[in-house]
Amino acid sequence: MNTLIDSEHTVDHLEPLTGGTMPRMAPGLVAVVSVALGALALLLGVGIFGAVALAWLAYVLGLTFWTRAVEGSRKATDTLVQTLMWSAFVLAMVPLVSLIWTVVQRGAPVLTPAFLNDDMSGRALLGVGGGIYHAIMGTIMVTSIAAVIAIPIGIFTAIYLVEYGKGNRLAKVITFLVDVMTGIPSIVAGLFAIALFIVVTGDPLPRLGIGGSIALSLLMLPTVIRSVEEMLKLVPDDLREASYALGVPRWRTIVKVVLPTAVAGIVTGVTLAIARVAGETAPLLLILGTARVANWNPFSGPVQTLPVYIFQSLGQTTHFKYGPIWTDRVWGAALFLIIIVMSLNLVARIVGKAFAPKTGR
Amino acid sequence: MAKSIDVSDLDIYYGDFLAVQGVNMHVRARSVTAFIGPSGCGKSTVLRSLNRMHEVIPGARVEGKVTVDGQSLYDSAIDPVAVRRQIGMVFQRPNPFPTMSIYENVLAGNRLNAKKMKKSEADDIVERSLKGANLWNEVKDRLAKPGMGLSGGQQQRLCIARAIAVEPQVLLMDEPCSALDPISTSAIEDLIHELKSDYTIVIVTHNMQQAARVSDETGFFNLKAAGQPGHLVEFNSTQKMFANPDNEATEAYISGRFG
Amino acid sequence: MTTAIQEPAPQLEERARTTRVGDAVFSRTALGAALLVVALLAGVAIFLFIQGLPALDAHGEQAYGKSSVWTLVGPLLFGTVLSALLAMIIVTPLAIGLALVISHYAPRRLAKPVGYLVDLLAAVPSVVFGLWGIAVLAPRLTPFYEWLNSWFGWIPLFDGPVSGSGRTLLTASVVLALMALPIVTAILREIFAQTPTMHQEAALALGATRWEMIRLAVLPYARSGIVAALLLGLGRALGETMAVAMVLSATGAIISFDVISSANSNTIAASIANNYANAAGLKINVLIFAGLALFVLTFAVNFLGRWVATRGQVKA
Repeated sequence: MNTLIDSEHTVDHLEPLTGGTMPRMAPGLVAVVSVALGALALLLGVGIFGAVALAWLAYVLGLTFWTRAVEGSRKATDTLVQTLMWSAFVLAMVPLVSLIWTVVQRGAPVLTPAFLNDDMSGRALLGVGGGIYHAIMGTIMVTSIAAVIAIPIGIFTAIYLVEYGKGNRLAKVITFLVDVMTGIPSIVAGLFAIALFIVVTGDPLPRLGIGGSIALSLLMLPTVIRSVEEMLKLVPDDLREASYALGVPRWRTIVKVVLPTAVAGIVTGVTLAIARVAGETAPLLLILGTARVANWNPFSGPVQTLPVYIFQSLGQTTHFKYGPIWTDRVWGAALFLIIIVMSLNLVARIVGKAFAPKTGR
Repeated sequence: MAKSIDVSDLDIYYGDFLAVQGVNMHVRARSVTAFIGPSGCGKSTVLRSLNRMHEVIPGARVEGKVTVDGQSLYDSAIDPVAVRRQIGMVFQRPNPFPTMSIYENVLAGNRLNAKKMKKSEADDIVERSLKGANLWNEVKDRLAKPGMGLSGGQQQRLCIARAIAVEPQVLLMDEPCSALDPISTSAIEDLIHELKSDYTIVIVTHNMQQAARVSDETGFFNLKAAGQPGHLVEFNSTQKMFANPDNEATEAYISGRFG
Repeated sequence: MTTAIQEPAPQLEERARTTRVGDAVFSRTALGAALLVVALLAGVAIFLFIQGLPALDAHGEQAYGKSSVWTLVGPLLFGTVLSALLAMIIVTPLAIGLALVISHYAPRRLAKPVGYLVDLLAAVPSVVFGLWGIAVLAPRLTPFYEWLNSWFGWIPLFDGPVSGSGRTLLTASVVLALMALPIVTAILREIFAQTPTMHQEAALALGATRWEMIRLAVLPYARSGIVAALLLGLGRALGETMAVAMVLSATGAIISFDVISSANSNTIAASIANNYANAAGLKINVLIFAGLALFVLTFAVNFLGRWVATRGQVKA
């Protein structure tokens, strides 16, 4: 008798573990109804935006209130937020996917070997042939020189910050200045380059490739320093100590132990920095000028790069006669630029994965 | 080739903070000397001052004298890098170089110092050092594999092989077994016993049984009081230290009444 | 063993020389590189000042039709700030939603590729964003603007008349928002992923729903990180040139709150890009002066962002 009362007592206090549950197809059902509502609104002439907004609102409210009725208000809030999150996600992804799709769709037919091997000299301006050979070569030259300037300075600065200057005043000042540099708008880097070369060359309107490279290296430097610094910090002090304890001098420890351990991350960071500046336009507009043929001399004369080519060609796309061919050229150049930048990104990530120090057996 | 070490009136500072005060001792060649004591009493600091490894920490400095067979380590003409080549060190956590294979790890001390050597000579050093560290039989078939792939105990023996590959005079060990399991620990202890015939060994340990098992002489470090610098309380043969110590504090520590 | 006593002395000192030379050369090189960075930044400031200050004398034609360089830069600053703020209003909910979906809502199989996609989009060059803004976005947004104007015309921002081309300040802001989105999302994702699992499990174990868990354990932990990420995104949007220069059909240096009409404020960066081609003499100095003003503004915003970020770290 006693035990029976006890067990009844226990059951009394245990809240039920099951509650009202939404049917599994509830979101689908609500979606169908909402789309139908939207379609109806469209027929009544609300316009496409009104209809989509209405359907979305109907879906959010419908699902939330249904959940509230079946599962309670806490669950309803959860459902509401989850729906809003996914809405934000979709809203963000639609334009980004549209961008890639548009560029590929409009650029792909233009990317022929002829387009890649021709420049803009001669009859190209009259709508015959024409291509981006000079711009590709210009991009390669200007970006490479920028990398050659920025990478050694960046790596040595990071080495100074992590290995030598740890915590001293100069290191703090430099870290602060690197932060400042991160915030330099790209167009300001271009203004610096032109201001510098006005003074250096005495020419009121200097046009030369090396100026563009200097502007780009200014933009690369903080990225390179930052990523190398992070990577060097990740190298455990244990390894440095192990090396010192073997009687290895400090600089050899850095070159032979610290840098090889961090090399994957460094290559990734540097490649990403190159990819970023390869697509820069603003800093180059002012100093590179307009070129229609490849110019391999970085110290004299205008140079064309892909982004600058795209921007400068844009003005021609509305021309009554040559508009269409310029439009094609712009999209082709845009697609090729994206391919370059994305490949650099992929290479960076693959290197990061493949050359990370092996820990497996 | 083993050397003896003399320490006299050694004070060690971190910036303005006096970490260890007034250490005097004589470490005999070809013997194992253990440092014991509670945490934070400066025994690792003293160990690191024996091959100038504490200088890696900014602001650390030393007053007093450390001599290895008559050669003062803190003379202005002495290069700390050269000191560390002659006085090797094994750390608390095994730290093989992750970018190198087992083979390259053993040779790291020679290679990193850009020492030229023939292939046969290098093979010789690797085999001798790995045999010396009791690791040869376990890894001889996979010398090209990464050193990080070994177990913790094997990694620690690899680090010992790496340290003895440069033929140091003295081997310092900073709690070499504290990150290891009991079986790996006993393998290392056996190894220390064998290495003693060729090297002077100084070992810091938290484990009193270990000190009793492996060492010939023991130094007991303690803090004078909380916030005060550490100092060497007693330095004696291990036999005497554990059976009948001179100092009351030592006896209290060894019998487990504090620390 | 008897020779060993004399042996170490010469050995120790001979080695000392070579290592000291090697170390000295290497550490000086590192120091030199670091000082070069300082010099470079000082150079940027100095050259911008030298070439920018003559602009203070500019007026009339040289100041692009304004009485002084201040009346030129002032409205441009207004346009810069307005477009960047609008962009951040759009970015904030989207980025937080996107980052939470990747870190907490999406199944692992989906989260990883989406994360990659977002990272890749951060690499899309700004000219391409601009191109897409003109060709795809602007025409699509025109009916939306008409709708906004007819329903919310009483708000000064949507006063109209609606621009026929859709190349308005709001379109530029939408493009800016899309460009800032991947960067802000990437930072937020890191921050959300770093929330201690312990706290999240504790919240779930108390019977919290997923949203309650995020509100209790994730958002408070990430608060300063979110602010810092948004400020860094704002810095990006303020300094962005090409997207605005391409998308916006600007009227010049005017102050206009109406963001959907064809009379638009311009931004500093875009105005420099639009005017460089026909600039010469004092006009170049005027452009450099405007760039200096932009630099000061982005610097202030970035500095604030870093400050919030480091303060948050100390607290956590």
